This record gives sequence, structure tokens and C-alpha cells, in this order.
Amino acid sequence: MPNFTFRVNGSEKNADVSPDTPLLWVLRDSLQLTGTKFGCGAGLCGACTVHVNGALTRSCITPVSQVAGKSITTIEGLGANGLHPLQKAWIAEDVPQCGYCQSGQIMAAAVLLEKTPHPTDQQITDFMSGNICRCGTYERIRRAIHRASAGGAK
Amino acid sequence: MTALSRRAFLGTSTAAGAGLVIGFYLPRRAQAEAEGVFSPNAYLRITPDDKITVVVARTEMGQGVWTALPMILAEELEADLNQITIEQAGASTLFGDQTTGGSASVRTTWDPMRKAGAQAREMLITAAATQWGVPRESCKAESASVIHSATGRKLSYGSLASKAAALPVPDNPPLKKGDYKLIGKSTPRLDTPSKVNGSAIYGIDFRVPGMKYASLARSETVGGKVVDFDASSAKQMPGVSFVGRISDSAVAVVADSTWNALKARRALKITWDEGPNKDLTSAAIFDALHHTDESKAVKFFSAGDISKSTGKQIQAEYQLPFMAHAPMEPGNCSAHFRGTECEVWAPTQVPQDCRDTIARLLGLKPEQVKVNITLLGGGFGRRLEHDYAVEAALVSKAINAPVKVTWTREDDMRCSTYRPVSLHKLSATIGDDGWPISFTHRIIGPSINGQKGSQPVNGVDSDFPDEASFIYPIPNVSLESVVTETPVPLGWMRSVYALQMGFASESFIDEMAVAAGKDPLEYRLHLLSKDTEIKYFDTSWNTVRMRNVLKLAAEKAGWNKPLAAGRYRGIACFGCFSTYAADVVEISMENDAPLVHRIVSVVDCGQVVNPNILEQQIQGAVVFGLANALRAQITIDKGRVVQGNFDTYQPIRMNEAPKVEGYFVPGTEPPTGIGEPALPPLAPALCSAIYAATKKRIRALPILS
Repeated sequence: MPNFTFRVNGSEKNADVSPDTPLLWVLRDSLQLTGTKFGCGAGLCGACTVHVNGALTRSCITPVSQVAGKSITTIEGLGANGLHPLQKAWIAEDVPQCGYCQSGQIMAAAVLLEKTPHPTDQQITDFMSGNICRCGTYERIRRAIHRASAGGAK
Repeated sequence: MTALSRRAFLGTSTAAGAGLVIGFYLPRRAQAEAEGVFSPNAYLRITPDDKITVVVARTEMGQGVWTALPMILAEELEADLNQITIEQAGASTLFGDQTTGGSASVRTTWDPMRKAGAQAREMLITAAATQWGVPRESCKAESASVIHSATGRKLSYGSLASKAAALPVPDNPPLKKGDYKLIGKSTPRLDTPSKVNGSAIYGIDFRVPGMKYASLARSETVGGKVVDFDASSAKQMPGVSFVGRISDSAVAVVADSTWNALKARRALKITWDEGPNKDLTSAAIFDALHHTDESKAVKFFSAGDISKSTGKQIQAEYQLPFMAHAPMEPGNCSAHFRGTECEVWAPTQVPQDCRDTIARLLGLKPEQVKVNITLLGGGFGRRLEHDYAVEAALVSKAINAPVKVTWTREDDMRCSTYRPVSLHKLSATIGDDGWPISFTHRIIGPSINGQKGSQPVNGVDSDFPDEASFIYPIPNVSLESVVTETPVPLGWMRSVYALQMGFASESFIDEMAVAAGKDPLEYRLHLLSKDTEIKYFDTSWNTVRMRNVLKLAAEKAGWNKPLAAGRYRGIACFGCFSTYAADVVEISMENDAPLVHRIVSVVDCGQVVNPNILEQQIQGAVVFGLANALRAQITIDKGRVVQGNFDTYQPIRMNEAPKVEGYFVPGTEPPTGIGEPALPPLAPALCSAIYAATKKRIRALPILS
């Protein structure tokens, strides 16, 4: 089986899996990084969202062959030094209920703030509507993004 | 009347998550025998190192039991929340029924958790007083210590543990009557930090050393069976170690990774016996509902005598489709069969059902099956079924190794249990003054409990007493049920029958208000104007409490203030799980479809334990209810569920999520349900708003069908 090498959260990793294996299952089963979640397997819900070379990526529909040599960030590695401002904001707003979708929500929000440091409500809505939360935490997600965007103060 | 003060909560919140360590269930005996451990009951252990462990005997599925239940115990124990460590109980014989559902976690543990804390507090005070040789009455408990104020002496609970352990456990320790330190205060959830950094372990994340991964092909035709299967291709696939029939309707593929199992499953060639339902369609199901023999209708609530009512008649029919829970975490369970015992790690709302069914199917005794409960990535009633756990145990036995079974989203959508369909026939007689003289509501549909083998009680599903209500003191009322049958698997989905009963009943009340030319809020307040209690099965529903809920909802929504151009409002109220709820929905119509801008939701659920979690539960319930109202629909064709993933079964996303404001009418009555009650009024309030906007009456869900 081919061996794929890439960086995950700053460390070099390799996986000895078939080329069509989605990055999601490499992260979860091979590397035991289970913070990235399986929700739909079809790029529809966003629970599996990670960053590949900084870009928002649905890991459930991204074959590992496509990330060879690239740099991947998961929820476990989002905060370079401790918690990312979004994670702190998520705690301050007490966003999660079941929490299952929240890794993907936070990873998506991180890309939003990277591109748009001070998003409007509409920009948040447009960007975050790719992620599904069945617990209905959207309002607190919105507040947490605004909080992080304002540097934690609000 | 108190609004949820989120700002106040944010202003006072301290570091969240202190002390949160989740241990899996350990048998109490082993703990109690440990040196110096004080464990006066199954919910609590205090060790000499001042570690206070509170055992949570319900499942954390997002509704906050890992925070709310310890708060209840800590209140009586006189400990701070950050001094407490949580332990998730597994299936046990120590806690009674551990089912997590029916908005019941707080209301069923309110007394036992308070008593557990109070027992310990009383014993610890006695232990300290004895040690100091002072009267008990001169000592007080505070922040996990006993204090002798007169001399300023203080002993921590840990230092008193072994002495307290030797004392008799009081049967009826005094309980607080109010003046709470923790209960009623907005408090951050203890599980939040682990849910934002990827460290929280859900069922799907659990790992047993050396475990394999399984994917199962199940009959997608309702009632279908495996005739034969050709495993030759699947067995050639990478990493595959086992292919075999697991039940008469499922074949399991076991591999060295989830992906390899999923891929190999696709290579299976299965010959199915599609069975008796292979031509079943939704159209046929609804047609049968409309042609049900109603001669066996059973009256389950009545007032006065509807046959004596004369006047203008209005009537209408409502219907609701099958719906799927679709929790974000697909079905899964890990199991390890070890010959004479089996251990499972299950995201489950019914640990004891898991234990008992696995024991029966594996030929073990219940005590040989150990069920650990993981976090749940959503429940909504789906994990009141224990199919995942049973599959995992069967596969583990078949391969004699630990295994994790993972469902795909399509498995979840197509091989699930569903909120039942129902048809509702309502009629009312209106007197000359425009007010109703009689009200009749007949629900025709299959029974969830009936399908699962527990017979209707007095002609209705045994859940009707808790899951619905009737609040209006109209002189003549008849609520009737005709139980039908369906082969489509049925399950309990958030608010269960309250959605159906509430949608039909409250929509019809709205029609009655329109017929009377009255404002829908004023109409309801008039119907509820007499201070009285309506006995519905064992619950007494109080018109004053519902009026107060409606009035607060109207006040917060600005019901009597004019709306912006193009905006419309609707209101509805309903009671279920002993809680009163009213929702006000504000919409505009965009391309003939409602766009919801704002929802004001008010509940009276007695004593609120944690307003922070209450707000979450209200927001969750109304967003779930909005999805149910707008689009949730499972349809059947050729005996199979048509929908497969989130493209064809679309939950609410942020672009459709309105601003949701949750409020409560403060109460000191024992807590009642909060996970579900805000949901049922949502659909009728939304349809009332649509009527206000368009003069079109929606009588069938989903609205966007």
C-alpha cells in the first residue's frame, strides 16, 4: 500500500493506506485525532472540517492522496499556544450542547476570521451555513465569532 | 418575571470546567471498600484527599446533565461546583431506571440528588461536631468544609470522610426550601472546555486496544431479510478479516479501519427477500390513515358532553409525516466479547436496555454485560433504541475480538426509527357569542409503544399522559384516539406526540380565533380566563400558569406593538412533560416561503436549575421544531426510506436560524421538563404567522413540501 507523508498540527506524519482513503479516516483511525468528526461522509454537514494549507477542507471527501506533502491543521492543533481565540470565545459564550459539530464549526470560523477579521452578521451567516448543528446552537456560535473577532471583549 | 440574563452570566462566570474529570463507571463496592472513602449513597464519594465525586446516572447528550445534576447534589452537600469531579455511571442496578429521555433527567433526579447531598452534609456535620465535642447545632457546612463559627475551627470534608463513613445514613435529611446558592444561577457547563478542543470522547471516538472496525449492510426495505450473500469480492478487499451474517436482516464486514470496512461492504453482493412491504409508499400510508375504521375510537380525555352542543360548526383535518432524528453523530458502538462477559461502550439513552438485550442475545446473564456510557453526539430520542449496541456485541462475539460498529449517515436515515405519521380530525361548536361550546380532537395514527409491544393503555399510547395536555376549560371537550398500525419502524423523537397534538390542536385554536374575528393571543387568554386546573391523566394543568406564560411571551415579543412592513407574527402555547410553553414567531414571506426572523419562547418549568442551560434547551428545541415544521419529512417508496443524507433531509442551517429569545416564568415548584416543551408550539405559531401573512392555512407538515 502506498505511504503518504504530510504534516499534521506541525508534526510530520505518514499513513500507509489506500490512496482513496478520506483524510477524515486517516486522522481518526490512523492518527487517533478524533476531534475531527464524521457526520455525513458527503461534504454536506461540515463536522469533518480541517485546514489543508490553511484552506477550509471537508476531510470526509478529501482523499489522502490529495494532501500528500501538505500541512493539515485539526481542532487539536488550532491553538498554536494554548487555546485559539475562537475556542476561548466558544467557552465564554458556552456554545456547545452535544458538542459533536463544534470542532467543525470552530475550524470553519477560524478560516472566516482569517479572511474577514471583523465579519458582519451576514458574512458570518454566508460563511457558516455549510455547517450543520442539530442542537440549534447557531445564535451562540454567532455571538462567539463576534466575541473572538472583537479580541475576546464584548 | 425574569429574562434569562446572559450578560449577567457572562459577567460573573469563572473559569469553566474546573474539576471535570470523567471516569467510567466503577462498581461502587470496590470504591466503598477503599480506605477511608465516605460514600453514603450511590451518587457520591468523598475521599480523604478531598476529592468529591458525583455520579451522574443519566446520559449527557447535550442537555447538560453533567452540569445540572451535580449542581443539585452540590447545593445540598454544601460544596462548590469547582470542588466536584463527575463520574458517568454505566448501566447499574443502583439508580433505578436510567433511561435518559422524556425531558425527565432533572425532574426524576431532583429528589434523589438533593437527598444524596443532604445525607452526606448531615453526616459530615455530625462527624465534625463529635470530633470537636461541640453541639451539632453550633456547626455549619460551607464550601466542602464544616465550620465551628464560635471558635473559627474548620475541617474539610475529606478530613472527615472516614469518621463520617462510620455514621448511620439518615433516611430523611432536611432539604433546603429555597435560598439556593447554586440552583437557579446561570452557570457555565462543565463539559464545554472538552467540547471545543477535540478532547471530548463520543461513542464514535472510543477505542479499545486491538479493536477492529465493522460496517453492516442492513435491509433497506422495511421488514426485508437476507436470503444469501456473496462475500468473495468483499473478502479480497484490503484489511478485511471477516464477512458474516449477524442477524436475519444484516451482514457485517469487519476490517482494520472504518474506511476499509465501508469500502468492502460496498463490494458485498446480497440477495434480499424484500418481504411484504416491498410496494409500500407514503401515499398508501396516508390513504390508509384517511380510510381508518374509526368505530374503535377511544376517548382519552373529556369534559361535559359534546353531543349536547349545538351551534355553528367548524372543522379541519391536519396531518404530519414521518420524521428522522438525524443526530450529528451517526450510530455506533464499541463492544468486547470475552467469552463469559461482554463490555460495551455505547452512546446510549438506554444503558439498561443495552445490557439486558445483549445478555439475552449472547446467552449471558445481565451482570455479565458491562455497559459504559460515552458522550452522545445528539440523542433527540434516536438513542432510546439500542440497535447499535446489540450489533456491536453480536459482531464482537462473531469475531471474538473487540470491534467498533459505525453507521453511515445513509444507514442512519434509512434504517432508523421514525416519528410516526398522524392524521387529526378537529371540530368545534361556536356559540352565538363567538366562543366555543365544544372542542373535539381525534388523532388517528400508529402507536410507538404499541409497535414495540407494549399495548395501549385504555386505548391510547402509554406516553400520552406525559407527552400532551389539554389546557382550555371549554365546556364540552372530547379527545379521542384511533390507534393504527404501520410496518415502518417508529421511535420517540424530541417532544414525541406533543408535536402532533400541539400542531393540530393549536392550529385549530388559531382557526377558531380567526372564525371569531379575534386576535389569537386575546382569544387564548379569554379561553384561559377562568382560574382553574384541568386534570389530564395524572397531571393538573393550571390556567393561571399558562396565561402567565402567554402574557410574558406577548410582552417580550411586543405583541401589541406594530410590526415593520412585511413582517407577520403568530403565537401558540402547549403543555407537555408537565411544563407550560408559548412561542411567538415573527416572519416575512420570501418567494412564497416563510423566513423566520425572531422567535420568543417562554416556559414555566417550575424551579429552574441552571438558566444558562435552560436557554440552550429552549434555543435547541425551537430550532429543532423549526426544522420539523419547515422541511423534515421521511417518505417511503417501494418499502424504503427515500431520503439518504443532509441533501435530501435538510436540517436548519445558520441561514435559516432565527434570533431565539428564551425566557421563563420563575417558579418554586419542583422542576419539570425543559428539553422538549418549547418545541410543540413552534409549528402552530409559525403557521399562524403564515396565515396572518397570506390567509393560507397550513394543515399538513412539512410546510415546504
